[in-house]
Amino acid sequence: MTLSLRLRAAIVSIALLAAFLGAWHLATRSSGTTAAMSPEYARLMGLTATQGKSAMPGPLDVGAKLWEHLKRPFYDNGPNDKGLGIQLAYSIGRVGLGYLIAVVVAIPLGFMIGMSPLISRALDPFIQVLKPISPLAWMPLALYTIKDSSISAIFVIFICSVWPMLLNTAFGVAGVRKEWINVARTLEVGTIRRAFTVILPAAAPTILTGMRISIGIAWLVIVAAEMLVGGTGIGYFVWNEWNNLSITNVIIAILLIGLVGMLLDQVLARFTRMVTFPE
Amino acid sequence: MSTSDDPFDADRVLTRSGCACGWHRSAAEHEQAARTLRCEPVADLSEQKRYEGIVASAVMRAVFPRDVARRAFLKSVGAATALAALSQFFPLKTATEAFADAGPPEKKDLKVGFIPITCATPIIMAAPLGFYAKQGLNVEVVKTAGWAVIRDKTINKEYDAAHMLAPMPLAISLGLGANAIPFTVPAIENINGQGITLATKHKDRRDPKDWKGMKFAIPFDYSMHNYLLRYYLAEHGLDPDTDVQLRSVPPPEMVANLRADNIDGFLAPDNICQRAIYDGVGFLHILSKEIWDGHPCCSFAASREFITTAPNSFAALTRAIVDATGYAAKAENRKQIAEAIAPANYINAPVTVLEQVLTGTYADGLGGVKTDPKRVDFDPFPWQSFAVWMLTQMKRWGQIKGDVDYKAVAEQVYLATDTKKVMAEMGLAPPATSYKSFSVMGKSFDPAKPDDYLASFKIRKSS
Repeated sequence: MTLSLRLRAAIVSIALLAAFLGAWHLATRSSGTTAAMSPEYARLMGLTATQGKSAMPGPLDVGAKLWEHLKRPFYDNGPNDKGLGIQLAYSIGRVGLGYLIAVVVAIPLGFMIGMSPLISRALDPFIQVLKPISPLAWMPLALYTIKDSSISAIFVIFICSVWPMLLNTAFGVAGVRKEWINVARTLEVGTIRRAFTVILPAAAPTILTGMRISIGIAWLVIVAAEMLVGGTGIGYFVWNEWNNLSITNVIIAILLIGLVGMLLDQVLARFTRMVTFPE
Repeated sequence: MSTSDDPFDADRVLTRSGCACGWHRSAAEHEQAARTLRCEPVADLSEQKRYEGIVASAVMRAVFPRDVARRAFLKSVGAATALAALSQFFPLKTATEAFADAGPPEKKDLKVGFIPITCATPIIMAAPLGFYAKQGLNVEVVKTAGWAVIRDKTINKEYDAAHMLAPMPLAISLGLGANAIPFTVPAIENINGQGITLATKHKDRRDPKDWKGMKFAIPFDYSMHNYLLRYYLAEHGLDPDTDVQLRSVPPPEMVANLRADNIDGFLAPDNICQRAIYDGVGFLHILSKEIWDGHPCCSFAASREFITTAPNSFAALTRAIVDATGYAAKAENRKQIAEAIAPANYINAPVTVLEQVLTGTYADGLGGVKTDPKRVDFDPFPWQSFAVWMLTQMKRWGQIKGDVDYKAVAEQVYLATDTKKVMAEMGLAPPATSYKSFSVMGKSFDPAKPDDYLASFKIRKSS
């Protein structure tokens, strides 16, 4: 009896996960041997010092803590302590807003660049210089000039997601097959109509690929940006727990950041498939 | 000595128990009533009682413009009767309430930024323990990711006021590491409250002379941490700029870096020192109070613009902070405070760590338990001589280049006069002057001669 490929892959995945968790558990077991100390002194010390507990939490600690968070994801204990659900919502909100602004700016501009060789050449040096700048390098400048930390975070998301979209849009638009444009010309289709009925559908898969790259970068950046400015969001959660040296919570945050990033990517991957056409 | 103490009150009844006149349940109550009528500042009283005292004083003064007459009246009828009589024809309660919210705050919803360390205790605890609410303010205390961010957010007016390191408002006002914007310090957050922590492996290298080549962390350039560590090293003959490496590192990373063997030690806020001990990675070399007992650490800061646009809000905020600081100064409240500020919404640290810091009974990291109730202490008065000292150190280490008018800067930034007014209003006993001399590692500092002080150091940045 041969199992399907999918099932076999799932078995290997689970085996790998189990091996990883097992190794993790073994590596972080408490040593149990610590120097002798007076009970009065021991009472004032943490578990690492008294029971030789590893500074790294084991998978069981993380699991228990994760369950605690999942049980009440939307609690709100004031401005500095909110549930993981609320923190993620803030981050997704910021990414969504910055990303939308980037879409509004990058796609028309990308169209212009793609359709006009003159603009393409003229803007090229600026894009080449601005593109490689790390998004976080903008952060102090944004804070300083915008004078509002949450708008600064959104600006950073905007500035980092705009370039891949812009370049892919320009590339996609410039790469539309000349025959199609010529046919449209022969039929005397106006420029605007040509852009929407011929070029946009033809360039859509490339544009969406750019958007998919952008959302990935935006999600990467928001965590770092929120760690820098604080306030709310999953990045702030990581910083706050790091401040408490709670590695357990940091690991949980890492896990969730990965999951949300994957979901965002999958959503755009689905859109890409929707607009892809067979030639 | 804390400015809210009053141990030299000759009239204080110390031995007798029970009330002398029979009108009061306890001697303490009797004494309070008596002191109220003598128009004395009444310490150790609740807010309401304090205001009552002030109002009663004002009324008594109005009724008996001549002090001789007042004393004669009091002698003949007794303090308690006088108070009762007075209350009948003058509604003391109403007057007290009117005083308590003298001038409604222009802005009630305020944002105050803080860094999650025990230095911010008064700012933080004022929220859960209701000190802001008592002044009619709705204050949101916002945890902030670092000193540079707190500076920028306060300058950008996202925060109305903020927890800052004591030298930061001076630096901002002088335009060091920031735009020059007039900033002020109406109250010092805490005194003492820092320490030098070393990695456990250095437990036999306690002499700073052996520390050549070590790497130390400090939280920020414009901090008492920086100046005290540099001072300490220099007094032991090490040049902090060439003999050791000083790095600006955020406090939580100090503990992690110490564990990772990346730094040899740090001078940091107490709760970070205690956290390193709690986690078993370091020990407390000395408390900063052993370098300078009673040194300022963090400050409560606001821009001058905030004071001019919302003077009543500012006054109410200052009252809340001074009040909270006075509350935190009392040893018996410290346990409650540790519990109030430990949750994730505030400092987000284990309660035992904060308790050890605030009560002063702590594990030293070498197997011993030590007790020092003044390990961290709270005294809101912004001595202008503190500012002058900080300016000398800024100059000493090349942060200020050229001349500086010590006195003018100190008086512009450290609002001792305003704080005196607020303290007097609240029935506390502010000091008469704004300058005092003190000694740092046995070397006395005369605030009138900062340049001589500066010139007396052998180790300093040559420039």
